[in-house]
Amino acid sequence: MMIGRIQAPPTVRKGEPFEIKVLVQHPMETGFRRGMNGQSIPMNVVNKLTCTLAGREVFSADLGSGVAANPYLAFFAVATQAGEIVVEWSDDRGETGRLTAAFTLA
Amino acid sequence: MNTAGRTLLAALVFSGAATRADIIAPKPLKSGIEFQGADVQALQRDEFANPGMLWVTRGERLWKAPAAQGPACASCHGDAAKSMRGVAASYPKHDAALGRVVDLEGRIRACAAAQQKREAPAWESEELLSLSAFVARQSAGLPIAVAVDGPASAAFERGRSLFFERQGQFNLACTQCHDRNWGGTLLGERISQGHPADWPAYRLEWQSLGSLQRRLRACYFGVRAEQPAFGSGDLVALELYLAARARGLAGAPPGVRK
Amino acid sequence: MKRRHFLALPALAAVPARAQTGRFQPAQDVGPLVRKLADGMAPAEGGIEVELPQIAENGNSVPMRIRVDSPMSAADHVLAIHIIAERNPRPLVATFHLSAASGKAEVSTRVRLAGTQKVRVLAELSGKRFRIAQRDVLVTSAACLDESL
Repeated sequence: MMIGRIQAPPTVRKGEPFEIKVLVQHPMETGFRRGMNGQSIPMNVVNKLTCTLAGREVFSADLGSGVAANPYLAFFAVATQAGEIVVEWSDDRGETGRLTAAFTLA
Repeated sequence: MNTAGRTLLAALVFSGAATRADIIAPKPLKSGIEFQGADVQALQRDEFANPGMLWVTRGERLWKAPAAQGPACASCHGDAAKSMRGVAASYPKHDAALGRVVDLEGRIRACAAAQQKREAPAWESEELLSLSAFVARQSAGLPIAVAVDGPASAAFERGRSLFFERQGQFNLACTQCHDRNWGGTLLGERISQGHPADWPAYRLEWQSLGSLQRRLRACYFGVRAEQPAFGSGDLVALELYLAARARGLAGAPPGVRK
Repeated sequence: MKRRHFLALPALAAVPARAQTGRFQPAQDVGPLVRKLADGMAPAEGGIEVELPQIAENGNSVPMRIRVDSPMSAADHVLAIHIIAERNPRPLVATFHLSAASGKAEVSTRVRLAGTQKVRVLAELSGKRFRIAQRDVLVTSAACLDESL
């Protein structure tokens, strides 16, 4: 399981957009680098990240090697009921990560 | 007057054992973050988005996780926010059990090997960087306060002589850039005062968090000198001198640098 | 000098670009890529705010904030935002998928830039509408091409 950090307000106003921030620990290996032995380090990036709110997808991202290492994403969502924010991501090797944050309505 | 002359004068005026007067600190003392651009400064200040915090997060998990044959760090040290507060700011320091001066990473390695009955995490491994970042974080905002007398004095003297010694194919000593030319530019880069306060740090160039030892090895490469091995006495001695030279400066690990 | 045309597919990881690493990388003609992403249409200029530094301290991590002007209602909202870097070995950097449930068409991230270049942001809005904006960024230490110690 990959390490990540999530930040979202604990309380949100119904119908009002709020910001969700995610930071994922991943080298986002481009495939262009060479190791100390001169051999190419194979490409491996977090290629997909999705965010659901109370089970419904509100945001997703298709990422490539042009995204900086340890990818940072901030985006907005709107809630009509209290629930859980679930962010999931996967990389080229099939490794996955998952973060959650609960919120209530003001 | 050249540096050697100034050192001699200072030593004569304040004659005695290795004293604070032997350390000629830059004035005013400025953290390395002040020599970085606006974006990097904002990133270091951002408690959430600072990429170094990922290592702190992992470090916190490792702190609580029991080892295969031994207790978790937390079993002996409890809540790191209390037990580790101020600890990183006092390193490098002489360790009685080990009989030598060690830096924070060296101390963590020794503890893991002795108390958790396992092979010490490798230098610059994800595990060691994470634990080091987590422990160092507990000293954020506290001034550096290392001891350079008694059993630490030999390492301090070694570190000081290295700082003033010309090295490598470029034949440069640390003092020439970091005492006499800080604030200037070298190959488009602003020269800092060379303080260890914000380390371990996330370096954009490395795309990873790295230790102060890694940064110092890069400095050695910078003057085309042979790089001392990780954990070598010379690197730790230099770290001790740098910490003494930066005494009073509050650190903000994990730092961010370009 | 012969220009290389890249048709980076939306499946970014599927087709590795044949980039020449360790060498100067010229800007590519991203016209075909933009046309493909915009369904063959010519996107309208404007309606997108792109925050990027004028000078990137290090191409490995360049902060970026994108704001598309949109009510984000069920009838009128942003569907996708694409980041295109003309001088990167793989010009299509990322695609963000939004919906009315986003509330605000604003995304922030950190990108890699392989040299000084024009960065383009293409937005797809509901009703088959497309908008585009661009910003020039000066990059002294290029990503993807410069190795580190």
